[in-house]
Amino acid sequence: MPKTKPIIELRDVRKSFGTFNALKGINAIIHEGEFFSLLGPSGCGKTTLLRMIAGFEPPTSGEIMIDGKSMDGIAANARPTNMVFQSYAIFPHLDVAGNVGYGLKTKKMPKADINREVDQALAMVDLAGFGDRAAHELSGGQRQRVALARALVMRPKVILLDEPLSALDKKLRDQMQVELRELQKTLGVTFILVTHDQEEALIMSDRIAVMFEGEIAQLASPEELYRRPATRRVASFIGVMNFLDASLDSSNASGVTLTIHALGKVSIPHSAVPKGVNPAQINKVGIRPEMLTLLFDPSDKAENEVKAEVVSSDYYGDMTYYSVLLPMQKDPVTISMRNTAGRSIAASGSPVRVGWGAESVVLFE
Amino acid sequence: MGWGLSREDRQGLTLIGLPFGYALIMLAAPLVMVVTFSFWTQNYLDIDRTLTLENYKAVFSQPIYQTVLWRSLRISLIVTIVTVILAFPIAYYLSFYVKKNKALWLFLITVPFWTSYLLRVFLWKVILGYNGVLNTALLQAGIIDEPLTIILYNANAVVLTLAHAWAPFAILPIFVALEKIDRSLLEAAEDLGDSPFRRFWRVTFPLAIPGVVAATLIVLIPTVGDFITPKLVGGTDGLMVANMIQIQFGKANNAPLGAALAVTSMVFVAIISIGIYFVGRKIGGKVAR
Amino acid sequence: MKRGMAPEWLTSYAVAYMIFLYAPVILMPMFAFNDATVIAFPLSGFTTRWLEVLWSSDALHSAVWNSTIVAIVTALASTFLGACAARASARYRFPAQRGIIGFTMLPLVLPEIIVAVALIVMLMQLGMSLSLWTVVAGHVLICTPFSIAILSSAFASLDQSLEEASFDLGESRWGTFRRLTLPLVMPGVISSLLICFTISLDEFIIAFFLTGTDATLPVYIWSQLRFPTKLPSVMALGTVLLVLSIGLLVLAEWFRRRAARRQGLDASSSKGML
Repeated sequence: MPKTKPIIELRDVRKSFGTFNALKGINAIIHEGEFFSLLGPSGCGKTTLLRMIAGFEPPTSGEIMIDGKSMDGIAANARPTNMVFQSYAIFPHLDVAGNVGYGLKTKKMPKADINREVDQALAMVDLAGFGDRAAHELSGGQRQRVALARALVMRPKVILLDEPLSALDKKLRDQMQVELRELQKTLGVTFILVTHDQEEALIMSDRIAVMFEGEIAQLASPEELYRRPATRRVASFIGVMNFLDASLDSSNASGVTLTIHALGKVSIPHSAVPKGVNPAQINKVGIRPEMLTLLFDPSDKAENEVKAEVVSSDYYGDMTYYSVLLPMQKDPVTISMRNTAGRSIAASGSPVRVGWGAESVVLFE
Repeated sequence: MGWGLSREDRQGLTLIGLPFGYALIMLAAPLVMVVTFSFWTQNYLDIDRTLTLENYKAVFSQPIYQTVLWRSLRISLIVTIVTVILAFPIAYYLSFYVKKNKALWLFLITVPFWTSYLLRVFLWKVILGYNGVLNTALLQAGIIDEPLTIILYNANAVVLTLAHAWAPFAILPIFVALEKIDRSLLEAAEDLGDSPFRRFWRVTFPLAIPGVVAATLIVLIPTVGDFITPKLVGGTDGLMVANMIQIQFGKANNAPLGAALAVTSMVFVAIISIGIYFVGRKIGGKVAR
Repeated sequence: MKRGMAPEWLTSYAVAYMIFLYAPVILMPMFAFNDATVIAFPLSGFTTRWLEVLWSSDALHSAVWNSTIVAIVTALASTFLGACAARASARYRFPAQRGIIGFTMLPLVLPEIIVAVALIVMLMQLGMSLSLWTVVAGHVLICTPFSIAILSSAFASLDQSLEEASFDLGESRWGTFRRLTLPLVMPGVISSLLICFTISLDEFIIAFFLTGTDATLPVYIWSQLRFPTKLPSVMALGTVLLVLSIGLLVLAEWFRRRAARRQGLDASSSKGML
């Protein structure tokens, strides 16, 4: 990813409400033109952080820089940011054009120019011709687009989105995820999205900051987060992760050798060991469900194999998720298999061989 | 929308400061003064500021004040009970049996009360008088031989007039409470075998109690202090405490006594109101609001 | 059980009750246009002379003028104070909030005579003289709670994120108030103005106690009630006031519905009247 100039810098940003510490020292740099997400469970502080970038709350300490300028003392209406609110905040007494053009009217733009800009913005969000619709006549998805158009028309440096898709039904949400992503790429504007849905973050973002309890646990690209989660918590928050008991065998110049109790020995080069991990303290490793395979045919082979037993299966149409009991591992692991043509579904209780590769083993703090 | 909580707090306090400050100056201070005043005495036009319980002794010992006080309370209670009982069925009718245009009906119920209160009371005087509308109509229709005298210049007239005057104030809270009742609760009761009568007493009425309590208080409290109705239609038997207070401030030149009467009646009303409120809570109490 | 059909006795009761409610109101216009000086049956024929008598009375004119001024000032002041209180309680959390609001609403539950007595005692102590302004002061005290009650729901239903959105789009605080807040609470404001106006117009006890030499309309009416010959013109006056009040109320309701419809809210909600 070509690194462009930083548009937002968060320097040791902290926020407390009375005795409650909502944000405990946030440091991050967001690049211009990036689709950046703040991801975490409710209460982790992601919305608080977004509102502080927007200017609705001041930090208790620390600095927020936008485009090289400190935002200390600068009110929300003077910042080069615009927000799409979770509730959309559509002004009920104005029609769609009145809503979208609201900020332009503040700037005292001439009427003809406002109309032109509004039409352009509405076209961008696929609502051409909706200008004279009343606010209460809009569906949820339409309101969301109006809120987006209203922010886009201001041509801000950064667009902030506070869980914009959480109120939509699944199909609409999936569609909007793709549209938002494409829109962002076309415009090249920096987007900062707050969401608790890790799938959403993975699909749309260039980089994601995973937050727990007021701190950033890991800031990386979706692939990096998925393949190399830094901590156990990040690992289980993003997708599904199987945790297997393991212990250190030996460590030398080239790497470490671990015994995964359920699967066997594995050698891991030092380059694959995350920085904060002390090999002597490793007692668990992770492996994703799709990295374990059920070998049905006697001719199916894998890098490593182990005998196991199927406990149950869940059919999802395109995938089947198996709960499989591995030797020496108390809790069953999840294995996902694509339902390709000709593949049958293993019955509960049947013995099965499980294949796995050394490269898919994940270590974390 | 400010920078930091303390500024928000300050903004909030400034905003509320205006109306609250006004109420403090215009209400709290005067009320305190009334209480203070009631411990002073007045001699013609001079006010003696030595604190004394004279006025209260007079209020509680002299028969004329005693009579007026008890009568006021008694009449107020009767008015309240009558008004609320009369109001309940119409509120019920409006809530359960009027399907369309409930707002229009509410409007129609309140229309009579947009006439001047004075005139309405006066019109009842006209209706109930010896040669008044009711009597002349009944005489003409041959229902009675002589005009009725029991309907005017006594407590009955006061009760009737005030039951009319407070009607919408009683109807509205009961109506609001009845509207809030989830109709599916009644359907559930019917489904479980309750007759309409039992359904009313077991489901509807308990849930309506907060509205009944509100109606009771809304009628009771201003009634105790009513001045016009007793004066116009009450005759000598219907004189109430507000009239007595006005006399003390006026011809009798004994404002401190008037203040003492005012304080006494307020204390009684407050005690009764608190009592009604708590009784209402107990009876209707287990309903989650 | 037939749902939706009222039992007969209840319907009859409702009819009888409505007759009871309207009895005085129907009689008033009847006797306002009745060609007789005595208020009794049988009726004597139609006339408009009582209206003419009203029109020519100077005392009445000045009473009307006084009442109008008092009512307008009261409506404006009460609505302003009510808006401050409603906004403060909707948007902010400040210490002793419930107690403060409760106290401001206290005049609602005090008999008017107590309010009148309290004010007159204070004025006596301060040595201030009575005038229409003292009446206004008293009226504002009892009307503000009504204004708070009406405006509370208007301000409470203002989504905070709307104001934040306006701010975020670059609007100033004043601009946000002018373009967003005010239009959205306008139905409540109009309601409050009209209701406070009407309450003040009809209020008697406080006006009676606190007025100096200038009479408001109710005080004027009171003074006329002693004189039997003046009664028919008083009836005419009452009729005029009734028509005026109904007109104002209908106007208030029309405004409210129009504004609500423009915002797509439930325009026929019976709560709007309350």
